[in-house]
Amino acid sequence: MLTKRIVPCLDIKNGRTVKGVNFVDLRDAGDPVELAKQYAEVGADELVFLDIAATLENRGTTLDMVTRVAEQVNIPFTVGGGISSVEHVDALLKCGADKVSINSSAVKRPDLVNELANKFGSQCVVVAIDAKQVDGHWKVHLAGGTIPTEINLFEWAKEVEMRGAGEILFTSMDHDGTKAGFANEALAQLSATLNIPIIASGGAGNVQHFIDTFKEGKSDAALAASVFHFGEIPIPELKKELKKHNIEVRL
Amino acid sequence: MKLVIIDYGAGNIKSIQFAFKRLGVDAVLSNNAEEIKAADKVIFPGVGEASSAMKMLKKSGLDTLIPTLKQPVLGICLGMQLMCLHSEEGDTDGLAIFQTKVKRFSNSVKVPQMGWNVIKDLKSDLFKGIKENEYMYLVHSFYAEHCNETIAATDYEINYASALQHENFYGVQFHPEKSGKEGEKILKNFLELNTNN
Repeated sequence: MLTKRIVPCLDIKNGRTVKGVNFVDLRDAGDPVELAKQYAEVGADELVFLDIAATLENRGTTLDMVTRVAEQVNIPFTVGGGISSVEHVDALLKCGADKVSINSSAVKRPDLVNELANKFGSQCVVVAIDAKQVDGHWKVHLAGGTIPTEINLFEWAKEVEMRGAGEILFTSMDHDGTKAGFANEALAQLSATLNIPIIASGGAGNVQHFIDTFKEGKSDAALAASVFHFGEIPIPELKKELKKHNIEVRL
Repeated sequence: MKLVIIDYGAGNIKSIQFAFKRLGVDAVLSNNAEEIKAADKVIFPGVGEASSAMKMLKKSGLDTLIPTLKQPVLGICLGMQLMCLHSEEGDTDGLAIFQTKVKRFSNSVKVPQMGWNVIKDLKSDLFKGIKENEYMYLVHSFYAEHCNETIAATDYEINYASALQHENFYGVQFHPEKSGKEGEKILKNFLELNTNN
């Protein structure tokens, strides 16, 4: 049976992981490669690298990092942050990234999703969506959640699926950073509306939250950062607990 | 050991090259018939869409070369699918090395299948040291139906062939280069197969 995936997310700035990582056994917690290898070792199913300060100038630094990760890490990984052109994606994939994630650029120019899917295949196109509830409606937000739009989350998700997205990474801004659990109601609705995998993001605080997002939220994968980086939830233990609750995971 | 990864412009072959490098083998990327024929082992990769991949193969004449190869050949993902008789994707005729057809998953499951699933009913030296129900990483919307050449099976919507073998030709639907240590074992097994070139 296809398993549910556990996905640590690493924030990257100038090719280094930004502070907010507290791993005991690392010689250099700022080195994305070391961190990624460690995560692969303990059973992470895939990784997301988010370039939080992506600019045209530091693109080369990120490409170098992607190459180093691809050389040394034997599980799949996605790269996101500041990606808005076919050429940029081509460069990232050629360095060895398995998937790319696009967000604001897809909203600004939805045809980008079609272009990427046609050229590289849907399997490597992740569309990330940041949304929060405004007057009871889920509205898409841009630029790291700072710019509200009138776009409805579910309609947008459906549209990018039709345009060729292979996966949706949905971050609930209402839940992100709260450690109070994932946005399971919205996630379940996404899963019911779409026929592509959904990655849940935002709100992970304890093991029960992961159980809930897989069971109630019908999520295919769950992404988290700080609970993994600070060792609050060790991945092997998390997976054992999920298994105990009859959730299929790779052990 | 001369290992060639067939480079016909399809998909991300860097990960495969890196995976072999981790095993201490420098793979050469090539679309040159003589170089491919002279290799000890050949990898036939593929990511993307079947009909356009087949067009690229035809353009370089690789569609006629590949079925004549005598050394061990490993097709990965779309590479494996293109070695079959036919794929529903783009209504594409394949290289007809494996006597089976490639169909699309129905919409009763999420498509693509993306993530880790188990391989079982293992039947080949390719899987030496791999236990039944080992997890492998898969990303695909189309699957090969079972046939006499099935050497591994996986369940997703239905039970299908996740690996095939015909004489010196091997094909795996999963990505051994992205399947952790167990995937690397399969690549190592491939490197250790007898070369009859």
